[in-house]
Amino acid sequence: MKKYAYFPGCSLEKIAHSYHVSAIESARALGVELQELEDWNCCGATTYFAIDELLAYTLCARNLAQAEKQGLDVVAPCSGCYKNMYSARKHLKKDADLAEHINFALSEDDLQWTGGSAVRHLIEVMVQDVGLEEVKARVKKPLAGLKVAPYYGCQILRPRKDHEDVEQPRFFEDLLGAIGAEPVDFLLKLRCCGGALIITNREAALSMVRNLLQSALQSGAAIIATACPLCQVNLECYQKQVNTEFGTDFNVPVLYFTQLVGLALGLAPDRLGIGSELVNVMPALAAAGNGR
Amino acid sequence: MSAPVETRLSFLGEVGNLLHAAEGNPINTCIQCGVCSGSCPVAAFMDHTPRRLIAAIRADRKEMVMGSNTYWYCASCYQCTVRCPRGIDIAELMYALKRYTIWKNQYQDGLIGPTFSETFVKTIVGSGRSYEPVLATSYLFTYGLQDFLLEAATATGLMLKGRMPLLPARIKRLDNFKRVVQRIIPMGGKR
Repeated sequence: MKKYAYFPGCSLEKIAHSYHVSAIESARALGVELQELEDWNCCGATTYFAIDELLAYTLCARNLAQAEKQGLDVVAPCSGCYKNMYSARKHLKKDADLAEHINFALSEDDLQWTGGSAVRHLIEVMVQDVGLEEVKARVKKPLAGLKVAPYYGCQILRPRKDHEDVEQPRFFEDLLGAIGAEPVDFLLKLRCCGGALIITNREAALSMVRNLLQSALQSGAAIIATACPLCQVNLECYQKQVNTEFGTDFNVPVLYFTQLVGLALGLAPDRLGIGSELVNVMPALAAAGNGR
Repeated sequence: MSAPVETRLSFLGEVGNLLHAAEGNPINTCIQCGVCSGSCPVAAFMDHTPRRLIAAIRADRKEMVMGSNTYWYCASCYQCTVRCPRGIDIAELMYALKRYTIWKNQYQDGLIGPTFSETFVKTIVGSGRSYEPVLATSYLFTYGLQDFLLEAATATGLMLKGRMPLLPARIKRLDNFKRVVQRIIPMGGKR
């Protein structure tokens, strides 16, 4: 069984709890063990770097050093946590002074960073480490007829981590295809949901969410799939506010990709946290013959 | 006679020095092509587009830059960063300007971003984890009545679905964590 140090991140504790349970369950059904990182701390989100860069890297380094202690690579389901820890590791690797300074601080917690643990996003683990053929082989109930908008968002792709295609990625579509669903051609799949602007500039964020919902519907999607808790919250929980502000009547369900993968692997909806949405997803699943 | 040696760092020099712990940012190589502004999903809400802000930094227009909302409205989507033909990390530049104006305690009036960021950091330094209800107090009271009620309705919906934390989480080795923080910023983290 493949094993990783799993970094849930603060959002998955509560507001995105369904992502947490579906991540654990679907990974297990794919032969992947997600062992929660011991005593993890907040990654700093998008706001921490606005205050102090060194401290932001230190927060990430503590988690990375902890994973090293457990001898495992880190897996994050949240795109923000993934990007922060990935970038922190990249900078620490390039800058010995930075690493030394941060290790001096980490010794207060009996931790040292040496760069041993890599940082991965959960979707990457499923697509690359498990592999699409293996996913396909384990599917028990293909999500045939379910039109899904693959919403990549931002930080899973940007800034560029290595040499991957950041303009026309296909891995989300490929994963949805592997579980039998029908990925639609979602024009704004890489466009930002507004992120933390939903708090700091509500007007801008709501208009960004509106554009995304509109584009998803125009692409013929019955459901939007996300790989980030902030995207899910903005797209789903703020739909009512979008409707009030813009006089629209959006009612689009937004699920985590792990929930869709779990359904296709034959797991029961309640084990995947389905039912905690503010926009009911069951009608869309039933319409496609997947309302189990 | 040679010109006197310039002892004061230009604004461009200051901003250039603010970037990444590990490397500089080649702001000076900007060709003003506007790909950043064209790619930015929030540009329409900013008082200056990213392209214009970079021009202002290079022209030493410090007051114009420090009074701008551009970087506080940046959503950190990094679309500009991956597309810039000169390799300028524009999203990180926006972060650097956020830090700069917070240090100087001088930013545009009425912005939620600075207070929100500071509350967020205090929450994490104090507990190791983020906690939504405390964060909410940093912005909710700036809302008008209608927006406040909409936000309250959303929060209630989430609460009914068990998606709102009632108690703040905290890490186990919190004392160690605070000492780690104090080695980075001696004033941070109350004991």
